[in-house]
Amino acid sequence: MTFTIPIENGNGVKDAEADSQRTLYPYVTGTSVVAIKYKDGILMASDMGGSYGSTLRYKNIERMKAIGKHSLLGASGEISDFQEILRYLDELTLNDNMWDDGNSLGPKEVHNYLTRVMYNRRNKFNPLWNTLVLGGVKNGEKYLGMVSMIGVSFEDNHVATGFGNHLARPILRDEWREDLSFEEGVKLLEKCMRVLLYRDRSAINKLQIAKMTEEGVTVSEPYSLKTFWEFKAFTNPTVGAEGS
Amino acid sequence: MFRNQYDTDVTTWSPTGRLFQVEYAMEAVKQGSAAIGLRSRSHVVLACVNKAQSELSSHQRKIFKVDDHIGVAIAGLTADGRVLSRYMRSESINHSFTYESPLPVGRLVVHLADKAQVCTQRSWKRPYGVGLLVGGLDESGAHLYYNCPSGNYFEYQAFAIGSRSQAAKTYLERRFESFGDSSREDLIKDAILAVRETLQGETLKSSLCTVAILGVDEPFHFLDQEAIQKVIDTFEKVPEEEEGDEAGEGEAEAAAVAPAEQGGAGAGDQDVAPMEM
Repeated sequence: MTFTIPIENGNGVKDAEADSQRTLYPYVTGTSVVAIKYKDGILMASDMGGSYGSTLRYKNIERMKAIGKHSLLGASGEISDFQEILRYLDELTLNDNMWDDGNSLGPKEVHNYLTRVMYNRRNKFNPLWNTLVLGGVKNGEKYLGMVSMIGVSFEDNHVATGFGNHLARPILRDEWREDLSFEEGVKLLEKCMRVLLYRDRSAINKLQIAKMTEEGVTVSEPYSLKTFWEFKAFTNPTVGAEGS
Repeated sequence: MFRNQYDTDVTTWSPTGRLFQVEYAMEAVKQGSAAIGLRSRSHVVLACVNKAQSELSSHQRKIFKVDDHIGVAIAGLTADGRVLSRYMRSESINHSFTYESPLPVGRLVVHLADKAQVCTQRSWKRPYGVGLLVGGLDESGAHLYYNCPSGNYFEYQAFAIGSRSQAAKTYLERRFESFGDSSREDLIKDAILAVRETLQGETLKSSLCTVAILGVDEPFHFLDQEAIQKVIDTFEKVPEEEEGDEAGEGEAEAAAVAPAEQGGAGAGDQDVAPMEM
């Protein structure tokens, strides 16, 4: 399945080996993550699916994890690379805690660290095949940002990865407000996740919603959304189309 | 203390458990001209005495900006001080680049101390001959640290290093309890008064001292000569009259304490090695 780009530099055998050391394609992938700022902090939602190509192979993957005291990381893309990133962050937070000096890494610091990591890997043609969502609250300030596998990084009031950018963000652009309550925020995220469930073939109906506030992180138990498949557009999609 | 058979090498212990080379390095700090630091809850002020090699030359720079939120004043071998300042700037900027956030000063001084310690445990190196007063901010407020050639570091409310620093320390000891809540202006005034203590009778002029300040919402910067002169004028206007203000008391007590300290330094001005300032 893999092939090496032929490079004439006398290291024929070594090139094949070298190629097996870097990420060429993703294998087990997670789909969209959607996150918003709300009144008390950050809300993030993702499903628990891990696809192996077109097969929905794994159905119990947690794609959102707490980082330190102040941050929440969600990832889509290659699951093994996400686990690698968690290991990097584990080391980072461990060292930060060992200082024990009253200073702690906030979401902004973690986001920038991840941006540096992703960008440097991209420059070596060995990317971590993920799009990361980093949210957190520190000293009352809410932070929500995103980093892609090529190192593109930015902050916003609402972010999404993959299909979420195309299906969820238009909803959020219309309906997001600064002072959403927790219930309103969850409802808004569920609306986005429902659309993704209908339209994204890699989505599964088992999702978690994570809440990040000054007090800390809580990740909900997995649950399912109610779906309705009897819409006329679903039962008879081509009515009125040309040639039908 | 001098001329032992165990003092040739930094990696040789004496029978009484001392590393003489490290202690000699600390002597070098005492030969440099004075540097003073003090802090309140929100600000740190660094001040030093300007010494020039001769009347023809400009004075040595002893205070360096490390970052907007960290500054350092040195005493001893200024060449060593410059190298360490460059290291501190490098660490600070690398941290800012990776984390988009200022390096907490407490972590910087630990890196600095570890770097100094290395030189006390390698036979092909020598300890840095410079003491550093590092002032900076982090999440828990303003801090002032003193880094020794030995690799030790201590946190202070106020401190003075270099020649005739004992006079300044005595002044600071009397006043330090009020520094925590001091206003920015009072802190600067106390710094300049402490500098005056080290001059021992020489008239205090703004050209003789350098003052720098940093604080919450105030990036590190030097005070210009005018600003310093203004502060000096508030207490030097009537130098002879005993008005019972701090200036008067300070002078009397300093005169009593000063002659006793640091035998070498007083007469040593002409003997100061050219590389030390």
